[in-house]
Amino acid sequence: MSEPTTHADAAAAVSSNSASALIRRFLGSAAGRNIGLVIALVILLIVGTITAGDRFTNVANILTIVRLASVTGVLAIGMTFVIIAGGIDLSVGSVLGLSSVVATLAAVQAAASGFWPLMIIVALAVGVLAGTINGIVVAYGNVVAFMATLAMLIAARGFAEILSNRTTQSVRVKGFLEFSNGNLFGIPSLVLIFIVVAIAGWILLNRTTFGRRTVAIGGNREAARLAGINVKRHTVYLYALVGLTAGIAAVMLTGRTTSGTSTHGTLYELDAIAAVVVGGTLLIGGRGTIVGTVLGILIFNVLTNIFTQNNLNTSVQAITKGAIIVIAVLVQQRFATRGDRKKS
Amino acid sequence: MINVDSVTPLLEVRGVKKAFAGVKALKGVDLSIAPGEVHCVLGQNGAGKSTLIKILSGVYTPDEGEFVWQGEHVTIGGPTEAMAMGIATMYQELDVVDGLTIAENIFLGHELSTGGLLKVNEAHKRTRALLKRLGHGELSPAREVGSLSPANKQIVSMARALSRDIRLIIMDEPSAVLDSEEVKNLFRVVTELTKSGIAVVYISHRLAEIREIGDRITVIKDGRTMATGLDVEQTPTPELIKLMTGRDVANVFPESIPIPDDAAEILRVENLSARGVFEPVSFSVRAGEIFGLAGLVGSGRSEILETIYGAIKPSSGTVSVLGTPLRSGSVPAAVASGIGLSPEERKSQGLILAEPIYRNVTLSSFARFAKATFLNEKLERDTSRAQLEALELRPADPDRAVGLLSGGNQQKVMLARWLVHGTRVLLLDEPTRGVDVGARAEIYALIRKLSAAGTAIVIVSSEIEEVLGLSDRVLVIAEGETLATVNAQDIDEPGVLDLVMKGSAA
Repeated sequence: MSEPTTHADAAAAVSSNSASALIRRFLGSAAGRNIGLVIALVILLIVGTITAGDRFTNVANILTIVRLASVTGVLAIGMTFVIIAGGIDLSVGSVLGLSSVVATLAAVQAAASGFWPLMIIVALAVGVLAGTINGIVVAYGNVVAFMATLAMLIAARGFAEILSNRTTQSVRVKGFLEFSNGNLFGIPSLVLIFIVVAIAGWILLNRTTFGRRTVAIGGNREAARLAGINVKRHTVYLYALVGLTAGIAAVMLTGRTTSGTSTHGTLYELDAIAAVVVGGTLLIGGRGTIVGTVLGILIFNVLTNIFTQNNLNTSVQAITKGAIIVIAVLVQQRFATRGDRKKS
Repeated sequence: MINVDSVTPLLEVRGVKKAFAGVKALKGVDLSIAPGEVHCVLGQNGAGKSTLIKILSGVYTPDEGEFVWQGEHVTIGGPTEAMAMGIATMYQELDVVDGLTIAENIFLGHELSTGGLLKVNEAHKRTRALLKRLGHGELSPAREVGSLSPANKQIVSMARALSRDIRLIIMDEPSAVLDSEEVKNLFRVVTELTKSGIAVVYISHRLAEIREIGDRITVIKDGRTMATGLDVEQTPTPELIKLMTGRDVANVFPESIPIPDDAAEILRVENLSARGVFEPVSFSVRAGEIFGLAGLVGSGRSEILETIYGAIKPSSGTVSVLGTPLRSGSVPAAVASGIGLSPEERKSQGLILAEPIYRNVTLSSFARFAKATFLNEKLERDTSRAQLEALELRPADPDRAVGLLSGGNQQKVMLARWLVHGTRVLLLDEPTRGVDVGARAEIYALIRKLSAAGTAIVIVSSEIEEVLGLSDRVLVIAEGETLATVNAQDIDEPGVLDLVMKGSAA
């Protein structure tokens, strides 16, 4: 197909109008799109300060926001990878529940042996295992990711119910509780875990061959395959990775609630997906950022906090969240179509 | 052929201009179409042909310009209005709905109904008549369009245009998806249309086709009409190319270079087959040799390339590079051994359009630019830039999105990928599809240069002339069966078709 413009024309237009072109180019770039999210976040912070005053603007409250954000935050980092690769994982919430139940069962062993990190190892292993199963079913079974992970969502929850006998087990392993509810330099360890996962995710996505493969597969799966990338194997790794983040999130939630139960993480997958999409990652894959996802998570959690601080109805909060998701997607589509028109 | 001067033009277009976000796509296009003529529009990629088509079919509204339709000043308000006036368009990317039947597609948007109830039998009857008129009476109106070949989908698209009372039909590269037999049928249909007074705007990169079917030519360059109303028979090819490109293009196919007797055998294909796709095929290619696969669309030639490359699992046979057999059905194994494929559909199979050039160039080799999995993007950019310069892709800016490039430059990016990777065997499927005349000569020269540097090249093209012009030896195939291997200089296009016909008959 021939383009409506010649490249010489396009180049001329850029140089004759370079200032506005630069701005346009910046707004079209990943960093530029994130600016919109930063602005949204700042507006929310201002709203919070105005409506709730000191109750909102104090260090303890800010830490609470981030602490509450950290569990779904970790899930959302993993989710960013699968969505960029053109997939989806609906099972993270259930896998989180299953991991927390298995880790709590291991707590008995952990207490006996005195080796409390066993709980963490078990939780992560369960997450990776469930994720690997998802990946194999998607990659080698050619099952649509939506269905494969929906099946895992249902099955993992059922498995967790059987293992836990539908009861909530409290965790009394001292070392584990000290670890997960402790502080380092005044920062709660849950928040630190989120920060570490986010930074690791950023490096993995932007600086490594793993990240490059992920973006390539999401951008054009067939081209990636024909360039010699082992798409199936990488798909398994991706779901194992998001499973790993579900395991990490299970450790965090088990620590925060000092209990393991099969209902842990219910509907967290939707919060994670919402944050990823609001953060600018395209559901069709090929484009997305970790920074955007982190901003998406913060936006939702600041919003929740503002509603709570002002004693507002949670139903209104749900409606607001829904509206934010739609607005974010509409804004994204505008950018996406603008990019396409430039291309056509 | 009709005398075009003596009749009122069907459509006159004067001074059409159109800009997108400040970038001028059309800067003044004029043309005049007579009833019953085949008016060819020629131009390189980016010349503005697609924009012009979209303006004529009402998809875009021009910024300036006038239209005189059958002697009256008009504006084309939108696709529906264009259709109501009698202008139908067959887009290159066929706009049929796969999930609907042929009849449903044909009457899409103007369904035959009474009081909301579809008149299915009537639609089928009319569809049958239309298909028959188009020489495809064998297609059932109830057949789902998704199951049709691209050629037959095009027939459906054409039948849809004819289902309305049209005066002008615009065909955007209709032959791109057709083999030579199907092109003949297309031409037969076009001739029949023009006999009944319908004018055809025919867009194609293939000058040979334009010579065969066209009456007059309009050449567009950089959004401007360079010449209009040129008589097809009176205008020599070099002049057309000069008008299109603004420069003289020498002989398109580069001289073949004799292969030294001691040239090593690089690629060996033995008894390779894929059940139901193609029968066992064997050949070998030496360093510096260009080996062509000639055959019609559907002959299995692309599938042979993909099987060599491991993208299709073979049911028998082996592929060896420098004497070492490859693990069958594994693309990574083929790539690791030094085989590269430039696929038929560059945009959907080859490139990540939204990603910058350098990431497309290093798509097969980025792991080599990484230390302990950490990428060195600066090195990737520098290597890509050097390769782009060597391939004369201008500007050699590795950060531009690949989707913004012309077809010829996208093809260069594919070549750059395999050059950066270090390829011994290059499999080129339709290397000049969507590449305009000026850039073609460049691509041909590049292919010859790569071969001279010792790469073994296997080439597939639906243009038999191209296969013969580039290759040293040619394997002729029909319906998945190997017919003969011949020296390219010992055979011409009719010779290949002759073999194919005989092969199919046997």
